Amino acid sequence: MSDELQPIPDTEPIKDPGLPEHLYRPQDVDESQAKRTERQISWMFRVAGLLFIAFVVAYIAIDIDATFLGWSAQNFAFGVTLGGGMLLIGVGIIQWAKKLMGDHEMIEMRHPAASSDEDRVAVMEQINDGISESGFGRRPMIRNSLLGSMALLGLPAIVLLRDLGPLPHDQRKTVWAKGMRLVNDVTGTPIKPSDLQVGQLVNGEPAVVYETDDDGQPVLHGTELLQVKSKAAIIVVRMRPEDITPDKGKENWGIDGILCFSKICTHVGCPISLWEQQTHHLLCPCHQSTFDLGDNGKVIFGPAHRPLPQLPLGLDDEGYLIAMSDFPDIIAPSYPELARDQKKLDNKS
Amino acid sequence: MRKLSTRRRHPLAGFVVLLLALITVGGVYTAVAPKPATAQEATANDVEAGRELFLVGCASCHGKNATGIETQRGNNYGPSLIGVGAASVDFQVGTGRMPLAQSAPQAPDKKPEYDAEETRQLAAYIASLAPGPAIPDDEYTDLGKASTEDVREGGELFRANCTACHNSVGAGGALPGGKYAPSLKGVTPKHFAEAMITGPQQMPVFSDDVITPEDKRNIVAYVKQVQGQPNYGGLGGGGLGPVVDGLFTWIIGIGGLVIAAIWIGAHGARVKKRS
Repeated sequence: MSDELQPIPDTEPIKDPGLPEHLYRPQDVDESQAKRTERQISWMFRVAGLLFIAFVVAYIAIDIDATFLGWSAQNFAFGVTLGGGMLLIGVGIIQWAKKLMGDHEMIEMRHPAASSDEDRVAVMEQINDGISESGFGRRPMIRNSLLGSMALLGLPAIVLLRDLGPLPHDQRKTVWAKGMRLVNDVTGTPIKPSDLQVGQLVNGEPAVVYETDDDGQPVLHGTELLQVKSKAAIIVVRMRPEDITPDKGKENWGIDGILCFSKICTHVGCPISLWEQQTHHLLCPCHQSTFDLGDNGKVIFGPAHRPLPQLPLGLDDEGYLIAMSDFPDIIAPSYPELARDQKKLDNKS
Repeated sequence: MRKLSTRRRHPLAGFVVLLLALITVGGVYTAVAPKPATAQEATANDVEAGRELFLVGCASCHGKNATGIETQRGNNYGPSLIGVGAASVDFQVGTGRMPLAQSAPQAPDKKPEYDAEETRQLAAYIASLAPGPAIPDDEYTDLGKASTEDVREGGELFRANCTACHNSVGAGGALPGGKYAPSLKGVTPKHFAEAMITGPQQMPVFSDDVITPEDKRNIVAYVKQVQGQPNYGGLGGGGLGPVVDGLFTWIIGIGGLVIAAIWIGAHGARVKKRS
């Protein structure tokens, strides 16, 4: 036995089988078959045409409120006629191409994708000629002023994009303030602790959203109202007091097991109110962040990074639930400067 | 009259007058005072019949006195039913959720085990143990009285309070740990109202003080209206939303088209020889 490899023989070990024999279609060998196929395809196109006319008839004739199997009858007819007609045209064209059009087998051999060396040299010569003729290297004043103005073209873009919206750290405050009543969303009714049972959930808003001025007009309206509502939305829940483990300093933020949290997820700001009354878990439907409202809104699952901000509660003279301050923690999604802003907010209070 | 006036200073006269006054007031109160809905219907016989049904069908989990059974670890084997009221029994038994078929993350609704009469008796028994929410009356369930404005407001309330879990057309949705918010299709207005009042399983309570009986009626009227609308967009697919629709379109729809195109390219009749 020697370590040397056997030289590869010139002839291939398995013979190149070549190309398979060309097989003909029935339509190629039998003219009557071809005629039949031609008739079939023609009928498909004719029926398609009739269906398009039927579409117009359905548009005029079928009542817009009529239903068919629980669907709108007119929409159903539109789908059947227009969809059916286009399907028949498509099937007909494919049949035509596959059965009747020319049946040549084409073979294209592989070859390198790059251009030839002569072409490449010629192109580079042209480019270099262009550079020297334009004087790009020879006249630096023109070149540099052009580059400078192009760079400044970026400024309008920056200004326009900067103006698209306020920066997040201007938005850390909400309308909540000491004495602001909590009201039920939509109906605007203020809430007393006795209205709430253990296991209750209220989707709430600050009272100012439903306040009217002397003329009976809403105090807030338009964009301002929407911004206030979207930032200040809250959920109020009631649990058994023994199920709540408040953090240090938050012991008096609830009333007999009634707690109030921001409704805006701290991940990317979806409104959350999927509250499980037995586990006290609040689930965000967007990315499954889960907060434990019995444990200070702590994140127990999902991509959210900060606990859900809690609103300290109190009672006014008439016994309605009020806020004792704005949210001490910044609400809504995190942003790069959040830690700095939170520090500023803590120093102020 | 003379006899009466001569005795008006009798030492017992004061007591007699007080007694008469109490009887009058008590009698008028009994005749006029409003009664809770269950008290009107439930007789002592119903309560007794309900107790017998309870002992056979429910007591193994909820305890012989409906006070619940606590496990050694401090969890509930079956929760206490004291104070849950007739509404809770009518919902849980009337929708077939109770009796529970097996221990699972959630009790599903199924064919009720008890008929309407037996459900009423069970509800009467539980309601007799402690005061609790009664079975909702017409105020909650008479959807015919809801005007177009009412239905619109019911829609706003539904979107604020219910869509997070139950989906914007009440198709239901998933919750963590195998739990789910069930579909609201085909739920009777009475069971709707009972679920909002009592908060079954993980569902929070929506008390009458915050969401009034009229609000509840409007919410139900809205859901019924939305679910009764013809579907203008073809197959609704359960209204589960754009993610599910997109997944279906990309994988089944576009995938199916690709497979069809490959099939068309690969097939076609061929014969051996030209004649």
